Amino acid sequence: MANKLISGMGLPSSIENVFAARNILTAKDALSLPEFDLMMLLDVDLHQVRLAVARISEIACPPCRTALSLLEDRARSGGHLPTRLRGLDHALRGGIPFGALTELVGPSGIGKTQFCLKLALLAALPASYGGLNGRVIYMDTESKFNSTRLIEIGRHSFPHIFLSERMAQEMAGRIIILRPSSLAELTESLQQIELIILQHDVKLVIVDSMAAIFSRENERSTSGQKQHIWRWPLSFLKSLAELSQIPIVVTNQVRSQNNDEVLHYPFQGQMNDINNSSKRVESHLIAALGIQWAHSVTIRLILEAHSGQRFIKVSKSPASPAVEFPFVVESSGISLLSDEGLEVTGSEISTIRWQGQNILVQETDSRPQC
Amino acid sequence: MSRTSKARNLDGPALKGAQTAWDMLSEEQMQRHITTGCEELDAILGGGIHCKEVTEIGGVPGIGKTQLGMQLAINVQIPVDCGGLNGKAVYIDTEGSFMAERAHQIAEGCISDLSINFVHQRKDSISCPERMEPNNFLANIFYFRICSYTEQIAAINYLEKFLEEQKDVKIVIIDSITFHFRQDFDDLALRTRVLGGMSLKLMKCAKKHSLAVVLLNQVTTKFVEGSFQLSLALGDSWSHSSTNRIILYWNGNERYAYIDKSPSLRSASAPFLVTSKGIRNVTSHCKRVRMM
Repeated sequence: MANKLISGMGLPSSIENVFAARNILTAKDALSLPEFDLMMLLDVDLHQVRLAVARISEIACPPCRTALSLLEDRARSGGHLPTRLRGLDHALRGGIPFGALTELVGPSGIGKTQFCLKLALLAALPASYGGLNGRVIYMDTESKFNSTRLIEIGRHSFPHIFLSERMAQEMAGRIIILRPSSLAELTESLQQIELIILQHDVKLVIVDSMAAIFSRENERSTSGQKQHIWRWPLSFLKSLAELSQIPIVVTNQVRSQNNDEVLHYPFQGQMNDINNSSKRVESHLIAALGIQWAHSVTIRLILEAHSGQRFIKVSKSPASPAVEFPFVVESSGISLLSDEGLEVTGSEISTIRWQGQNILVQETDSRPQC
Repeated sequence: MSRTSKARNLDGPALKGAQTAWDMLSEEQMQRHITTGCEELDAILGGGIHCKEVTEIGGVPGIGKTQLGMQLAINVQIPVDCGGLNGKAVYIDTEGSFMAERAHQIAEGCISDLSINFVHQRKDSISCPERMEPNNFLANIFYFRICSYTEQIAAINYLEKFLEEQKDVKIVIIDSITFHFRQDFDDLALRTRVLGGMSLKLMKCAKKHSLAVVLLNQVTTKFVEGSFQLSLALGDSWSHSSTNRIILYWNGNERYAYIDKSPSLRSASAPFLVTSKGIRNVTSHCKRVRMM
């Protein structure tokens, strides 16, 4: 809509010519300027500018819909990719939603890639087995994708499909792995994906991990332009998910919080100092991609470990309260120990805990590395 | 409800559009506010979200900004008999975070609370809660999905005409005002001026159509005096664009709202809950007790 040409908007031809003469050709060109600047630039009076801007705006404005028609659309297009983790699916009202950006955050080795592999299989499965019967594009930025493990998860989760060599081949053949090594490559692949998504029946896009690409990018340029680097893929991924109505899943890493990052508002000043000093004692992790990124994802699932167990936590979701489920990683992938979610309140909703690492590391060693 | 301007029976209006302070006061007292669903929050807001004003609401991801936005889009439709405005809502979604299923759930919650609080309503009346349908609430939310800052500017310009046609709109929610501008606008000085023009138009709309404008805003980290602090996005010059500014934050394990800026309200804070039915009081049943 932003790139619509002014010449086709039915403005009076005199005004239309003035716009063209000043090289203001699209709605974006015209609307990026304050009305006063436009008046100076075009050298016409303010009233005419306002009329023209009103007309351009009316055409460039996306169509109005009612929330009811959105609801009806959602009901028609199905709407979710079930994770087959009953408790989690229930909390998310069916699973990973179509048309939205879902993020997995957690320390390395906790099971993010395991979760992604399972999702990839679920999307590839035939509809008769509850899958989406589609292709999956898996952006593997850290070379962590392991096809042996993929098949293993398949064999243990869906034995009747994966024990047949032919079916296993067909399922695995639907999962397309790309290994972009830089942001530029990722960007390029995403642009290509946009074109093929519909023709090739792509039903899921996974980027594992998003943070790795950016941290690599940051090492390259230390110019401090961090915000600029990731702004493009962010809105692109969102619009890609919405336009094609498929789920997009990205993973994010963690880093330890610096001591000077006391994140509160100035007015909270005194009262929080006490809280923070006590919290500082335990090691504190935060998501590697910062707060601006977190604003933009629709659903954030945190994978963490505390009290000697791993948990998957619904940290941000417009559809669900914050709940967490203990899980283990088995040969069939992630499985919940309980489908009853434990309610999480307060600051715990967004914190990422990583305690009792030692126990978990041993456990990790005993299963195939991926 | 009556929102016609008071007759000026002194010497007739000498200045077009002028109004005495007394008239303004009585108009203010006549004015109904849009309830947030949480009484304590309404109390610090002076009754709820005010019409004719621009209210900015900010907070960290997941604190409940979108929840509050959706709640207001539903609550503005509460019938006049039940203490509401019987209005419609415009929801300008720049982030894609509006969830129709959730709005449906909030509408159900709203209806079930109304039917508890207004049992005495006549059964044949249209505003009888038992006859309300969540789907009708959803049909009265006009939704615009914005994918670039150009579209956002266009939508706000177009509002003027849209509101002429849809006279019943009593609230315009923009969720969020920041997203595209923070991502794609390179020239910061120009950005400030474009945003300034946008906020002027929104203020004008609010006054002209006596409706509430609610701008949801993201937070960012700012380096002040040797440490990072949270602050609302878009910088200091933007902070003049809203009449009221509310910050949602975590206080221990509870969600709180804080009045950061307001010409008429004392700075205060109040706890609120995000429940499956929507935004509610922390102390439950309070509403029911008071109504009986």
